[in-house]
Amino acid sequence: MSTARSSGAVVLQLDNISLSFGGVKALTGISFEVREHEIRAIIGPNGAGKSSLLNVINGVYHPQQGTITFRGEVRRDMNTHRAAAQGIARTFQNIALFKGMSVLDNILTGRNLRMRATFIEQAIYLGRARREEIENRRKVEEVIDFLEIQHIRKTPVGKLPYGLQKRVELARALAAEPILLLLDEPMAGMNVEEKQDMCRFVLDVNEQYGTTIVLIEHDMGVVMDISDRVAVLDYGKKIGDGTPDEVRGNQAVIDAYLGVAN
Amino acid sequence: MEAGLATFPRLLLEHAHVRGERPATREKDLGIWQTWTWSQVADEVRALACGLAALGFKRGMRLAIIGDNRPRLYWSMTAAQALGGIAVPMYQDAPAAEFAYVLNDAEIVYAIVEDQEQVDKILEAAPQVPSLKHIYYDDPRGLRNYEGVTGVDHLLEIGHAFDLEHPDFYNDEVARGRPDDVSIVLYTSGTTGKPKGVCQTHAAFITSAQGGCGFDKLDSRDSILSYLPMAWVGDHLFSYAQWLVAGFTINCPESGDTVMTDLREIGPTYYFAPPRVFENLLTQVMIRMEDASAVKRRLFRYFTDVARRCGAAILDRKRVAASDRLLYALGNLLVYAPLRNVLGMSRIRVAYTAGAAIGPDLFRFYRSIGINLKQLYGSTETCAYVCLQPDGGVKFDTVGQAAPGVEIKIAEGGEVLVRGPMLLKEYYKRPDATVESIDAEGFFHTGDAGLIDDSGQLKIIDRAKDVGKMSGGALFAPNYIENKLKFFPHIKEAVAFGNARDKVCAFVNIDMGSVGNWAERRGIAYSGYTDLGAKPEVYRLIGECVAQVNAELAREGPLAASQIHRFIILHKELDPDDDELTRTRKVRRNFIAEKYAVLIDALYSDKDVQHIETLVKFEDGRSGMVAADLRIEEAKTLPAAAAREAA
Repeated sequence: MSTARSSGAVVLQLDNISLSFGGVKALTGISFEVREHEIRAIIGPNGAGKSSLLNVINGVYHPQQGTITFRGEVRRDMNTHRAAAQGIARTFQNIALFKGMSVLDNILTGRNLRMRATFIEQAIYLGRARREEIENRRKVEEVIDFLEIQHIRKTPVGKLPYGLQKRVELARALAAEPILLLLDEPMAGMNVEEKQDMCRFVLDVNEQYGTTIVLIEHDMGVVMDISDRVAVLDYGKKIGDGTPDEVRGNQAVIDAYLGVAN
Repeated sequence: MEAGLATFPRLLLEHAHVRGERPATREKDLGIWQTWTWSQVADEVRALACGLAALGFKRGMRLAIIGDNRPRLYWSMTAAQALGGIAVPMYQDAPAAEFAYVLNDAEIVYAIVEDQEQVDKILEAAPQVPSLKHIYYDDPRGLRNYEGVTGVDHLLEIGHAFDLEHPDFYNDEVARGRPDDVSIVLYTSGTTGKPKGVCQTHAAFITSAQGGCGFDKLDSRDSILSYLPMAWVGDHLFSYAQWLVAGFTINCPESGDTVMTDLREIGPTYYFAPPRVFENLLTQVMIRMEDASAVKRRLFRYFTDVARRCGAAILDRKRVAASDRLLYALGNLLVYAPLRNVLGMSRIRVAYTAGAAIGPDLFRFYRSIGINLKQLYGSTETCAYVCLQPDGGVKFDTVGQAAPGVEIKIAEGGEVLVRGPMLLKEYYKRPDATVESIDAEGFFHTGDAGLIDDSGQLKIIDRAKDVGKMSGGALFAPNYIENKLKFFPHIKEAVAFGNARDKVCAFVNIDMGSVGNWAERRGIAYSGYTDLGAKPEVYRLIGECVAQVNAELAREGPLAASQIHRFIILHKELDPDDDELTRTRKVRRNFIAEKYAVLIDALYSDKDVQHIETLVKFEDGRSGMVAADLRIEEAKTLPAAAAREAA
């Protein structure tokens, strides 16, 4: 992977973040930065705090300590609505789609924040609402084309196999035209072929739209192949950070993954 | 043929002149059908040709074209031909190694491919193809950082600039083209050995297309869906030659997976599909009917029976009892018309099938619901144009009468020989093969065994070399038996053995969609193909199908000896990637017999289980082993029924 991509400006900076739920410390003193246009992976054993970290970034969780700097704005914490409005989109570890709605409608919900027309305007479908609808639909179709899901455009999401549902979820996130895309285990539960497709899509998104991507993934082959830099968490602490090669050679990381006798 | 319209590029100019504003090509893009008129197509082709010329494409060169059916790929054929070049469409699903063979054989310098997938494959093949210098792609997605490949968009820009500087160039080049120039090299599917390049001229394809259009009265108002591989002679005749001769509209589907939806949206008037497509469609319908409510199922069953009784006769305008007519009209309202609509066949005037024998029941089904499905016969070497079935003269077991301008003769050994303007000029760089297949009198040896029936229609029995004798002396026609098996929706592929043996045995591939659905409804759990195929319940299901085939064979006099005695459900699906099927999905019998010799031995022994390990190529190019213990099942056979009274 090009090292040039990792030398861009810092787009997201977490400083000394700590998060606990009662007595359980999910994250302890984590500092983490993401540079423009890079693919940044977060890895670690189960319960290491990976998903918590993503949840802090897009405001689902509010850390007790630390600051979040997104595009130059320093904050104590994020909230989900503001995160989405500022261009952070995400997918979930457990698919969170509207099962009874068609693929097309699900992806259209990703355009929600881009709709300016009022409820009344939308109800009578005039003027601004009509223009927006056409524009949004065009954008959604581009995403459908990009992810090669034309054949399921009108299929209810609940009827689709898991791998395709994951792809639809990515499509919905892309429809929001995000600056920063958070992917929580995008390849979990997929077979080899689906994983390959997904890798290609992630790389294509990064290349074509210049989207910065933060992803959590357990498949080490995938992580080492597609990411520019990898952060390693264990028990809520960051124990390694660097290029895939650096991380692979890091003794603390090897210990965390293989386990050492205490 | 008018001299002015003797090449494809000239035909295109003529259409642009006569019906410039009429739609020539449509493609569904971003969910919307985009249309190009004849004059727009002519402009695009002109720019493409000028671009290629500016970058050094010369008369006589060959242009490789690889991808799904995209408008610009069709247009690039005409662009190459306008410059006196030759189009070489290639199978888009072939792996890189097969690319290398054809690219080398055709000495390709220029290639236009569809997208990143094809670019990746052609770049993988490129080190083995020293002649290959220029690669252009249609869809730029994911290709931004590639080196050594150029977008077609850029080619068009260069072409526009070149055209401005040399305004007479294009028309002069088109005027230099001659009807007997080779317009296309189509590679045979390789049922026998390595693919051979079949060189066809403008004149051959234009004459064939004119013959076909006249025969079925096709004109510029017709509309077709172009979804079959561009490298296949059938697609070249229907989506290219007849397109430019008749001036109708071709519609390119959005993607390979959306063909069914696109078919329904377009509602073509003229349709062509190999039997397996009709088979798959019917399988899907049957699966959906099994899931339908009881009332619908009974309606469907009742009216398909009515249709079986009188539908085909009504289509052929024969005499039918008034009561049946009335029932059929009701059935049309309730079942056939909605079904045709679901299949996307509401507007079809003429539909053809060819490429392999079609099961008579399958064929009868489509005709009985009012779709004018007919058979034709031809091959790559004959522009897919030898025999056509006339309206009103359709039979289930023939492929029709000689097409206009075609002469047919049956050789002594039963092989079908043909002569006419549609014959190939030669095999590319293979004078030995050319001499071998065209005799001194100019007859082409088709390699098919056939006979001509009382009404003058040709009946194909099998491949001449496949027809064999069993050790008891009875005729053994494997395709005939396999097609009977494949008509069952649960059976996807079958391979029958019996040449020089005392009995017939068979391999079976179950249809994953159909049997999977069947198993789900019965609560049978399975992990994948191999597991499902090995279930005793599935063996019983397939055993019933085999028994039914045997019952039919027992009633067919000389074929009664061909009843299937033992069969195996194979542990993997036969696949072109493993060389078991050709790209057009015909079984490669000898290859399979060699690869699975252990299984055949077991079939002809008294074992009832056989262990086998097989190397399998996955779609991502890696390979692995599949091992299984396969059960061998005895099938129910019947004594040969006394020959029925002579009809």
